[in-house]
Amino acid sequence: MSERIEQRAPGSEGEEDPIVPSSSPVPESTPRRAPSSRRGESVFRFLASGSGVLVVAAIALIGLFLLIQAVPSLMANNANFFTSPEFSTGDANNLSFGIRDLFLVTVFSSVFALVLAMPVALGVALFLTNYAPKQLSRPFAYVVDLLAAVPSIIYGLWGILVLAPAIEPIARWLNTNLGWIFLFRTGNLPVLSGTIFTGGVVLAVMILPIITAVSREVFAQTPRFQIEAAKALGATRWEVIRMATLPYGRSGYIAGSMLGLGRALGETIAVLIVIRASTSPMTFSLFDGGYTFASLIASAASEFSQPLPTGAYISAGLVLFVLTFVVNALARVIAGGKVNG
Amino acid sequence: MSTVTGADLERPASEPPTRRISLSRRIKDNVATVLVSLAFLIAVVPLVWVLVTVVSRGAPALFSADWWGTSLSGILPEEYEGGVYHAIYGTLIQALIATVIAVPIGILAAIYLVEYGRGALARTTSFMVDILAGVPSIVAALFVFAAFISILGAPQSAFMVSLALVLLMLPVVIRNTEEMLRLVPDRLRESAYALGIPKWKTILRIVLPTAFSGTVTGVMLAIARIMGETAPVLVLVGYSRAINYDPFQGNMASLPLLMYSELSNPEAAGQYRIWGAALTLIIIIMIFQVGASLLSRFSAIPK
Repeated sequence: MSERIEQRAPGSEGEEDPIVPSSSPVPESTPRRAPSSRRGESVFRFLASGSGVLVVAAIALIGLFLLIQAVPSLMANNANFFTSPEFSTGDANNLSFGIRDLFLVTVFSSVFALVLAMPVALGVALFLTNYAPKQLSRPFAYVVDLLAAVPSIIYGLWGILVLAPAIEPIARWLNTNLGWIFLFRTGNLPVLSGTIFTGGVVLAVMILPIITAVSREVFAQTPRFQIEAAKALGATRWEVIRMATLPYGRSGYIAGSMLGLGRALGETIAVLIVIRASTSPMTFSLFDGGYTFASLIASAASEFSQPLPTGAYISAGLVLFVLTFVVNALARVIAGGKVNG
Repeated sequence: MSTVTGADLERPASEPPTRRISLSRRIKDNVATVLVSLAFLIAVVPLVWVLVTVVSRGAPALFSADWWGTSLSGILPEEYEGGVYHAIYGTLIQALIATVIAVPIGILAAIYLVEYGRGALARTTSFMVDILAGVPSIVAALFVFAAFISILGAPQSAFMVSLALVLLMLPVVIRNTEEMLRLVPDRLRESAYALGIPKWKTILRIVLPTAFSGTVTGVMLAIARIMGETAPVLVLVGYSRAINYDPFQGNMASLPLLMYSELSNPEAAGQYRIWGAALTLIIIIMIFQVGASLLSRFSAIPK
């Protein structure tokens, strides 16, 4: 017995120690706690790193499995995957699908949402960090965060049933007076509600909280000495923001906006409910209808039975995955170490 | 050459700087104040608008006698009857299963990132957590469909939905737990090491308990986030108008799925049920949100 203890004592790197097989019973006495602890340590470390690796593996597997399922359909595709506006999968023996219109509708609605949400989010973040009274700043921030807690299907219902009729006059005005700009000319829908325009407004509301939250967090980290230096020079409140807060927080604001863009690109159910389907191709107008990647997949979800047509939708999902991957990776690179989450 | 008198010394040598702020600077400052406050009001409008809409349109359904205790089994589309307990059950059980799977993995991954992670693998993991946070729910659903249903041949079921929800929940749990673990002062860890307590026991007995309530807050926020997800239920499980207790087989309703399928109901009773379910969903999510923020009051870690 004493021999065993001696052998274990010299070093803690006893993993190769032949005398500590995992099955050997360890009596409950103080000198013997070391090996069980060591085993506990290595088991625990293994579990923890395993969970970390699992996250990395999850991303890799998502890409891999989508690819595996998409390739056969892509091989059987009769149309050009990147340039064809049609997406017909009704006949499994004659697939012809392309993502041109999906891409355009996705990008138009998301970028429009971003254009609407970015200035408002900047204002809200500045309001919360520099203007709101100290005691009210946290409850106010909580209110904005609540926007993110509302499920997207409820935004969808609200968007089409309540918001769309309310903003139709604005859409009509833009269409009548600014119709000479390609963005506002009459699109491929007979009506002016349930368009990319409507969808973009709904998406803007949905991505507002994330842009605000990230910007707010970074603005709040502005070094005190910079703010005080600006104040000592007699800067007004706005000048403090322009000289200290904005230069420091710019990268965080941009990163937050990219995260918002990523959310908008992948938003499914609200877009599916709000933006009407259209039979004719996209005409580069905000008053077009159609499907985004996500809404097309969701709309066809109940028909996922035959592998080849399903693969066509999965290939659309793969493109969406790559798109959001790139946008989110960019956001992280831009943010540097400032943003966590 | 004027002589300095006592009265002159009382006066400041120059006028206070605030008076010399030019008109244009003052205008800019005021315009900024107005715009920034306006932005906040603009952000609050949709929140109030959505909530007022949901509450006013959904309230009638919630006060009907059957709402909380029956399903829609055998109810005709145009009837103002039946309830949603089958959908509430589905929403809760799917979230529960996802939580049971995601929380241990998420907490362990956070422990890895904070306590063990060094080098390239840790950086990659941290990066992938951010990427996972940005994966759209429809992509997570498609992945589960491709991997488990297409390739492994599993049937569509509520459990598949839970698997997709795990992917959506993990990054939220990991980031929140990570933040809490980093708040635990190193002092506590070092005291434990000084007593000869091994690292893993220190983490389990000292670090985790200290960060416990903050971690629970994060988990509750994650649950609140996933309960409203619609894309996974659309792809991974069929809708059922009756109760199904078994998450491993058969169709199962959930509140979002019920709302989506009632959208194709042209009768006025469809609207009644949609908004009733919307309000029910918001109430359930709010319970978790409020619970989380109450808990976070107690999550202050001794500095």
